Amino acid sequence: MFFKLDATAGQPLYLQLMQQIRHATETGALKDGDQLPGIRTLAEKLVVSPNTIAKAYSELEHEGLLELRHGSGAFVCVKRRIRSMADSVHAARRRIRDLIERLRDDGLIDEEIRRAFEAELLFPVEIASKR
Amino acid sequence: MTSEPAILTHGLTKSYGHDDAVRGLDLSIGRNRITAFLGRNGAGKSTTIKMLLGLIRPTSGSGTVLGKQITDAEQNRRMRQRVAYVAEDKSLYGYMTVEQTINFARSFYSDWHVDAEKKLLLDSELPANRKVKSLSKGMRTKLALLLAFARRPELLILDEPSEGLDPVGIEDLLRTLVSCSADGVSVFFSSHQIAEVERVADHICILDKGCLLMDASVDQLRQSYRRIDMVFPSPPPEREFQISGVKRIRTAGNQVRIFSSGNAEAVVERARNLRVVSVEVAPVGLRDVFLETVREN
Repeated sequence: MFFKLDATAGQPLYLQLMQQIRHATETGALKDGDQLPGIRTLAEKLVVSPNTIAKAYSELEHEGLLELRHGSGAFVCVKRRIRSMADSVHAARRRIRDLIERLRDDGLIDEEIRRAFEAELLFPVEIASKR
Repeated sequence: MTSEPAILTHGLTKSYGHDDAVRGLDLSIGRNRITAFLGRNGAGKSTTIKMLLGLIRPTSGSGTVLGKQITDAEQNRRMRQRVAYVAEDKSLYGYMTVEQTINFARSFYSDWHVDAEKKLLLDSELPANRKVKSLSKGMRTKLALLLAFARRPELLILDEPSEGLDPVGIEDLLRTLVSCSADGVSVFFSSHQIAEVERVADHICILDKGCLLMDASVDQLRQSYRRIDMVFPSPPPEREFQISGVKRIRTAGNQVRIFSSGNAEAVVERARNLRVVSVEVAPVGLRDVFLETVREN
């Protein structure tokens, strides 16, 4: 699969990698049993520290999305529930579309809406839920 | 053994007359990671590296590399067997060919990997029979790197390795650093090029005017540094934003721009209490972190 890591983004590279792998399993680009490149191979390909790949793989293993087999690499294990993730994403997009329409009706320009979204998204999960 | 830092210094100082090239440096560089040593030209990076290797003597302070005292001749000798170093000037013998240079270097080291040497020579596309003096600057750099990488040292120290390389050469260099790191080699390299550092480094240390300004994990920096642009109905009191994490506050009329190393949520919370009209929180690239940090100094 293809990865694109943005070194100038305000998000650690290992998190970007995790999200892209997770996204690939949600869209079906990665299927159950698929093999991902080994840590060294992927690090050399993306020209990032091997620790970045190792951290992403081990966190995804923790989440149950990857299975690391010693010496033979990382394998995707997609459970049934992932299928419903795609539906949730679909539903979420519908809700966001409705919200944006309403904000536009209120007279907000797209640039302002984008800024508001991005500002809110930058809050870590625990702080957002407190509000 | 492995928990011991690769490099550790306490109050390391080097003075030339009344000028301090390096001032009271406390470094702790972990193993099994890639550490970038950033700083402007003349910040004291090369002086630090030369002290670590025992090439120049510190005026005061102490340090260890792989657990060996840097000022003890015998310990230094043993340390040098486990450390590979690529100097800034990459000095080589001009009258030797590439192949002769490699054979010459090989004879000195017991940790030399012939397989690695062959692969590196192939990848580098260096002409084996060409004399060193007629190599381009980029090719000389490649050769100097090959000599360091063909060993499998515990620690690799490089002083401005990308100097004089074209973009393809830099990419090749970084890929080789990554591959060394995958072999378990700790890498410590100096640079003044942020762009090449920000992808491969696990950790960065920023040196300016001989002082260590920052020592942080790159993940940490990406996650915590933010620039917050706000617009208020009337000019807000600056002191409202003087809280921990806020590095710099600039105001222009009703506009406020804050550069913070963390605590962005608290800034936004205060802004809300001041009836902020617009807030924009943006991540800050390593380049801006570097510029802001050095400017502050």
